[in-house]
Amino acid sequence: PAPKPNQPTSFEATADKEDTSAPETVVQSSVPQPKDDFQEELVIRPLHSGDIYASFQFRTLWETDFMRGNKVSHYRLFPKSLGQVISKFSVRELHISFTQGYWRTMQWGQPFLPSPPGAELWVWFQDSVTDVDGTWKELTNVLSGIFCASLNFIDSTNTVQPSASFKPLGIGNVTDHRFLRYATLPREIVCTENLTPWKKLLPCGSKAGLAVLLKSEKLFHSSFHSQAVHIRPVCQDWQCKTTSWELRQTLNVVFDLHTPGQGKLEWSLFKMFSRTLTEACPLASSSKIYIDITDDPQGEQFEVSPATHLLSQAMVLGDRRTFSVYDLTQQITFGTVRSLNLLIRWKSSEDMLRPLLHAERYVAGYGLQTGEIHTLMYNNHPYRSFPVLLLDSVPWYLRLYIHTLTVTSKGKDNKPSYIHYQPSKDRVRPHLLEMLVQLPPNSVTEVTVQFERALLKWTEYTPDPNHGFYVGSSVISSLVPSIVAMDTNSTREQPLFSSFFPCKEESSYFMRVYTEPLLVNLPTPDFSMPYNVICLTCTVVAVGYGSLYNLLTRSFQIEEPSPGLAKRIANIIRKMRGVPPL
Amino acid sequence: IIVGVPLWWRTTETYRAWLPVSQINELSNLQLQLSAEVEVVFARGTVTPEQQKKVPLTQIQDEEHTVDGDLFINAVCLVVTKIRRLQGNICLKCVFSRGHSFEVQDMDVYVGQRRTALLRIGAQMRVGKTLDQLLAHLEPRIKQVLQVMSFSHTDISAALSDRVRLSPGNKESIADSMRTFKSSPGYEITFSLLNPDPKSHRLHWDIEGAVQTYIQPLLTKLASVANFSIDSQTLYYAMLGVNPRFDSSLSAYTLHSDSLAHVINPVEARLGSNAASSNPVLNFLLYVPDAHHSPLYIHDRKKQEVPSNAFHSPRWGGIMVYNVNGFYGPEAVFPVDVNINMAKVMGVFLAQLRLLLGVQSSTAPSGFLVAPCGSNGLADWELDRLMWSRSVENVATATTTITSLAQLLEQIGNIVINDNIAEQVSSAVTSLQLAVAELETGNLRFALQYSKEAILASERAFFDPSLLHLLYFPDDQKFAIYIPLFLPMCVPILLSLLKIVSDARQKRREKQAKKD
Repeated sequence: PAPKPNQPTSFEATADKEDTSAPETVVQSSVPQPKDDFQEELVIRPLHSGDIYASFQFRTLWETDFMRGNKVSHYRLFPKSLGQVISKFSVRELHISFTQGYWRTMQWGQPFLPSPPGAELWVWFQDSVTDVDGTWKELTNVLSGIFCASLNFIDSTNTVQPSASFKPLGIGNVTDHRFLRYATLPREIVCTENLTPWKKLLPCGSKAGLAVLLKSEKLFHSSFHSQAVHIRPVCQDWQCKTTSWELRQTLNVVFDLHTPGQGKLEWSLFKMFSRTLTEACPLASSSKIYIDITDDPQGEQFEVSPATHLLSQAMVLGDRRTFSVYDLTQQITFGTVRSLNLLIRWKSSEDMLRPLLHAERYVAGYGLQTGEIHTLMYNNHPYRSFPVLLLDSVPWYLRLYIHTLTVTSKGKDNKPSYIHYQPSKDRVRPHLLEMLVQLPPNSVTEVTVQFERALLKWTEYTPDPNHGFYVGSSVISSLVPSIVAMDTNSTREQPLFSSFFPCKEESSYFMRVYTEPLLVNLPTPDFSMPYNVICLTCTVVAVGYGSLYNLLTRSFQIEEPSPGLAKRIANIIRKMRGVPPL
Repeated sequence: IIVGVPLWWRTTETYRAWLPVSQINELSNLQLQLSAEVEVVFARGTVTPEQQKKVPLTQIQDEEHTVDGDLFINAVCLVVTKIRRLQGNICLKCVFSRGHSFEVQDMDVYVGQRRTALLRIGAQMRVGKTLDQLLAHLEPRIKQVLQVMSFSHTDISAALSDRVRLSPGNKESIADSMRTFKSSPGYEITFSLLNPDPKSHRLHWDIEGAVQTYIQPLLTKLASVANFSIDSQTLYYAMLGVNPRFDSSLSAYTLHSDSLAHVINPVEARLGSNAASSNPVLNFLLYVPDAHHSPLYIHDRKKQEVPSNAFHSPRWGGIMVYNVNGFYGPEAVFPVDVNINMAKVMGVFLAQLRLLLGVQSSTAPSGFLVAPCGSNGLADWELDRLMWSRSVENVATATTTITSLAQLLEQIGNIVINDNIAEQVSSAVTSLQLAVAELETGNLRFALQYSKEAILASERAFFDPSLLHLLYFPDDQKFAIYIPLFLPMCVPILLSLLKIVSDARQKRREKQAKKD
């Protein structure tokens, strides 16, 4: 139906009001201070493998209270759809990530924000929620609509309530894990349809600011792609008098543009994203690009152009790093060509510092009946041992034999100091295994557990059952001893990428490591079985019934035995001779 | 066989709970009786004392509206006559006045803010007539008042437009009936400020205060009709779908009404759906054109500027263009802070909201003066009118749902009917019957309440997932189960039957041969 212009007739009531209310629009000198704030940031770090790591962070802070009834309904920078989700489902904290590819810790070091392959969702609900499972189900369905992802496949069979691994990252001291839900979908494929709604949540969309670089044809042509949304309540100041809600949207991507034959290591914004920057998002209070030049303070290793004198130091993941800073809100950054195309050239690379903690996992064993999951955790610290929390969520169709659980490091039995195990229920809930293990210095700790593969019902198989079934990544969370003193003042102005995990003490920093997801083959039946069954029943019934029927219905008569062959021939000959037969 | 057949029967039958089919069928032909009570009150001195003795007096007038053959709606007007006493019940009141209260002389009927209408009697009618004659004289006028203040034929057919094909003749009335939102238990109202140019304009709108002052009173009044929830958002870099044309004679950009249809789609992608509920959304967009494309005016078909600079899209919402270029000079430093005059904006949006909710759908006939609505933007009789049409619409929708569900269940024998579905269906039927009964007596509030309950129950029954479990149970799977059993059995049985037949034939032939 075509819209038509309307004339608001007979509207005296509002017309009356118009006269008495505020004067005509004027440019006012005193503008109310907005209660929300938006910052954007891009970190580029050349990796030792020759790849390049770009990490986008967009943060919207809003001083409001979603829990005060249903009052919050007027949105400015904060996206309305997420705000409605928070207030409807009484969400305290929401963390969701979509990742394509696996982060190679040994080659690339630590990411600023770790995420497992596939989709991961963990949510802390307010303690006013009574039916947490029902709310969780509804919430996953709504989020799957918002992010165009198959989060609706999250149900009780892949949801766990970790008791220790996932603590709230924002303010609030709730530790009752009844209000926590954690689920992963390791098989989720991340693509453009997930990126578009993610970009839509940004106040500037993809029209201005750093987000113009986010073009899907380049982003998904990369070794690793991860996008995430984190919502949590944070303190406005160090006294924590007022709280505000933080929406942090992050996007991490590792480009592999390096072709070994050419021997040239050269990146530029245009080469990576096929775009250059022309302006900051006008709504952003800060818009910066950081380039990690720690490995090369003298400018021998690599060269960044245009050069900048702005340097910044930040404590990231237990390390003091130096960054060149480009402030996009300053017009001077864009130079005379009105566009910024950062160019990084570097010559050679030495071996990098091995990450202090990393982990891997695989399935051992043969046949389709039993198997064994091995999880290896490496502590590369030369002299300090530290505890780690290992979280394993295994689907019910791998029946873990928990009595076979062994933890060994350096050939000796390493008894976990805390084990939380929740056995699975078939078709209802998965296994949950959480334990606190002390990792000795410079060692490998191996956790093994045996399992039996269950037989599924024929409707429970995926369309390609011979591909195998995914088991989500293990999560290893730890406070890793830091080499440099960490910054514990969380309210001090610092780059966004270094301020995500709250830092409580100077001597250590929080780190989370995800292992590879597992792909396990389950015994697969022959899916042409119904046809075989039909054929077999047909035959059996035909033979059985047919013979019985014959027996019952045939009338038996004594038949004269037919004359023998010799007699018949003799008769024929006698016929020819005209003699009567025998 | 004694054991097997009952066992087979018991294991293969589908559970089907009892449904009130006969009541559903009764409902399906939908005979609604709407009644409006009219109290005629004569002002002092209008009637003679001997006439006064005859009061109270009651007249019932039936009026039959047929919509598409099978629907009958009887409008019953109960005319009770009293003198000088105004009662505050829900019926309409027609107050006869002697003219001194009329400021406007050429108006015959004055429709007030509450539920009163003032009618004037001509001077020659005042003396020497009986009460019946007086009433007979007033009857056409009362009918007109009724049509304005309660419901008319077009209203009812618009409310039933789902069931009834509209006569193609009247284009205007079709457009009118398409404009209002379908009846629903709740609505989401979203105000969006579109700022395509945040680099030049820093816009501030006091939406919270404006909603409190302008929109909330109307919604509080409408609370009995539906639940409303309001939210607002600001969208940056949101463009319209069409490029406005520059008109050098006006030195302004213009948007012609023909191209307005293309405006909405690209904007809608940015609006985002409501995550928290599935109620229909009414969108109200305030578009502030960017600095290089302002001022922007909407032109109607006659190339005239639309005074409100706004338009609405049926069953979707409204868009208003708000030019801010006049508030700063050419030498202004960008970005400019602009405060939006919410009174101007909300006046337009409120008018659109009334249109979209179907509050104001017919124009008063000539000789009528409609009082301006009060501070809450809605007269009592307008609310009544809305409740009439909403109840009728709800009843119609619920009956359609229930009858089609009953038909479906009758046609497809495979569907399992659980007890809870049967319960929903019967509760829907009882609510429907109650709603119809309440409509007959004219209890609008209850009628609307029951009709809403009926809709909810019927939809829940119709969309219950348990209905789907065996709906697509295909027949070939049944064959796959029964054929292996019966096919091998059939072959020998059929063969022996053939043999028996041929044997019998042969015997008969032999007999005949013997006879011969």
